[in-house]
Amino acid sequence: MATVYLPDDAAAIAVGADRVAKALTEEAQKRGLELDIVRTGTRGMLFLEPLVEVEKDGVRTGYGPVAPGDVAGLFDADFLSGGDHDLALGAVEELDWFKNQTRVTFARVGRIDPLNLQQYEAEGGLKGLRKALEIGGEAVVEAVTESGLRGRGGAGFPTGIKWKTVLGRTEAEKYVVCNADEGDSGTFADRILMEGDPSTLIEGMAIAAVTVGAEDGFIYIRSEYPHAIAKTKAAAKAWEAAGWLGEDVLGSGKRFRFHVRTGAGSYVCGEESAMLESLEGKRGEVRAKPPIPAIHGLFGKPTVVNNVLSFAAVPQILADGAKSYAGYGMERSRGTTAWQLAGNIKHGGLYEAPFGITLRELVQEIGGGTLSGRPVRAVQVGGPLGAYLPESMLDLPMDYEAFIAAGAMVGHGGVVVFDDSVDMARQARFAMEFCAAESCGKCTPCRVGAVRGVETVDKIIAGSDVSENVALLEDLCETMTDGSLCAMGGLTPMPVTSALRWFSEDFDVGGKTR
Amino acid sequence: MSDHHEVTSIARGARGRAPGNSDALLEILHAIQERFGYVPESAIALIAEELNLSRAEVHGVVTFYHDFRSEPAGRSVVKLCRAEACQAVGSETVAAEAEQKFGVRFGQTSADGAVTLETIYCLGNCALGPSALVDGELYGRVTADTLAELVSERAAASKTNGAG
Ligand SMILES: Cc1cc2nc3c(=O)[nH]c(=O)nc-3n(C[C@H](O)[C@H](O)[C@H](O)COP(=O)(O)O)c2cc1C
Ligand code: SF4
Ligand code: FES
Repeated sequence: MATVYLPDDAAAIAVGADRVAKALTEEAQKRGLELDIVRTGTRGMLFLEPLVEVEKDGVRTGYGPVAPGDVAGLFDADFLSGGDHDLALGAVEELDWFKNQTRVTFARVGRIDPLNLQQYEAEGGLKGLRKALEIGGEAVVEAVTESGLRGRGGAGFPTGIKWKTVLGRTEAEKYVVCNADEGDSGTFADRILMEGDPSTLIEGMAIAAVTVGAEDGFIYIRSEYPHAIAKTKAAAKAWEAAGWLGEDVLGSGKRFRFHVRTGAGSYVCGEESAMLESLEGKRGEVRAKPPIPAIHGLFGKPTVVNNVLSFAAVPQILADGAKSYAGYGMERSRGTTAWQLAGNIKHGGLYEAPFGITLRELVQEIGGGTLSGRPVRAVQVGGPLGAYLPESMLDLPMDYEAFIAAGAMVGHGGVVVFDDSVDMARQARFAMEFCAAESCGKCTPCRVGAVRGVETVDKIIAGSDVSENVALLEDLCETMTDGSLCAMGGLTPMPVTSALRWFSEDFDVGGKTR
Repeated sequence: MSDHHEVTSIARGARGRAPGNSDALLEILHAIQERFGYVPESAIALIAEELNLSRAEVHGVVTFYHDFRSEPAGRSVVKLCRAEACQAVGSETVAAEAEQKFGVRFGQTSADGAVTLETIYCLGNCALGPSALVDGELYGRVTADTLAELVSERAAASKTNGAG
């Protein structure tokens, strides 16, 4: 029986992967061939989806992007034996786009059947958890700290320090919570991991739990991700059935129960304290800090809250050693992360590489410039609260501190490209509009400021008292930055002021009429 | 009334599974909406009673989250992503054309009840935008034409199913 691999990643399905699967099955039947279609995660080369792979002598050859109408032709070309065809890409892992990555956290994604635990273990899975059980909590915290891992959710807080705080608490009840709310536009790495290799995430959370002494773990997945929710639930079930989760984790005598929860369409619920409120069944309103969640978290108990990618980095850190992970990156940004190339980009997708790679490499070399073929004008990094950067800033290295120094942020690693048709005054308006729509409403600078912000940008766009209104907008941004309780209101000014700074011509400050 | 029993049993079932007290509320509301297509006002009182919360508390949660609707939706629900990465590939043009095509504004249901058009911010398909959910199915690289086709395909399919 011939085997073909085809992603069931949501992005691949969005461009027809399920229809291709159906066409493959029907065509094989017609030709009297037996075909086994293994649905994997995506390789991350989303511009090639749906990407069909066949294995020959241990090498996987790719064809893509495949439309249902191409399928008969593929059989005619004998693609099952690696035959030549217009869509033939050659060995998938030899493609520059794939080969030049440093796949650490995403090493198995796209290769394995995401729910096949034997394959997971055969490809290096469980090593980290076994190690954690062997060396104990203190040593795990030490390794995570030494690896230099910082939170991948946006704030970049050292993960080891957070775990140490929770480990040091004496309360009997503690929790581990995974933030899979991934609301930033231009990001999809959490989703791709949950769909392509959920076991790595579960293993990371289990390591955190046995390390700090938590017996229950929650993952909060946004409702916009039904595929990721289904995969994560199915994987957790398989883990329980295998005795890797539950009352006796891998025979260690330790208990770890895993709970999947669904968000309900609120961006601010990605903020960790709003997420905890939401997990408790309440309105997703941000809590005042202190106390921090590590001390007073879910149900008031000490809680480790981390992003999907932060947890998912840990198994490999323990398996390969902290030094190996810390060996990647630059300055205080250690390791690799998943850069997500999105928006108006020719070769969009997920690219895992060490910190220190430049924005230009990501956008121009790897991403191939814009999809429209027009010049790149602006790049927004770090989601809706991140800065808009002009083409002249593309040599910035992807590094937490270098971005802060440039008035920007790396955030969750999303890179959204715009061509020269973009109107940056409209983008500034949208930043305020988004904040007004998603504000939790708890503090005035954010709740009222965002609405005022929209009105003010509207006046600028209409050309009325432009310089006064720009000055007003700048004041408003300052008030929001200084007076907001959380980064929703506190960082909304970042896209606005960066647009004003780098693209002032779009605001007609010179007094021209629009 | 059987709806009454159903709401209560959904609430009880979810509560029984959750380790905390009223933390099951979101799961319950999702289940109710899945079953009825929206969260009816009458369900709020029943849920409040089951979870030992006030009606105002449950109501406050329902209104906080964009997912929960308090009115039934159209036969098809089109949620178009209008966040930045999709804007960069023309989602605002798609949005304007979709309003024309369906004859509704965002946030509304067409007069014949055929379509509800809604804004959504990011579907995690930002490399292949503009993205949309049509009755829960994800589509990339959409235009207003493809959205209209998808809606009429679905309408035709449900008619055949209804007749057959
Ligand atoms: C408005 C807002 C939205 C956020 N959304 C997310 C999110 O979707 N996912 C995430 O991991 N962190 C998000 N964060 C950051 C979290 O508050 C928190 O820093 C993070 O979950 C901690 O995990 P980490 O240290 O592993 O990054 C958001 C923060 C704010 C202010
Ligand atoms: S800044 Fe905005 S989102 Fe954050 S607490 Fe204040 S009102 Fe809520
Ligand atoms: S911005 Fe539209 S799918 Fe992410």
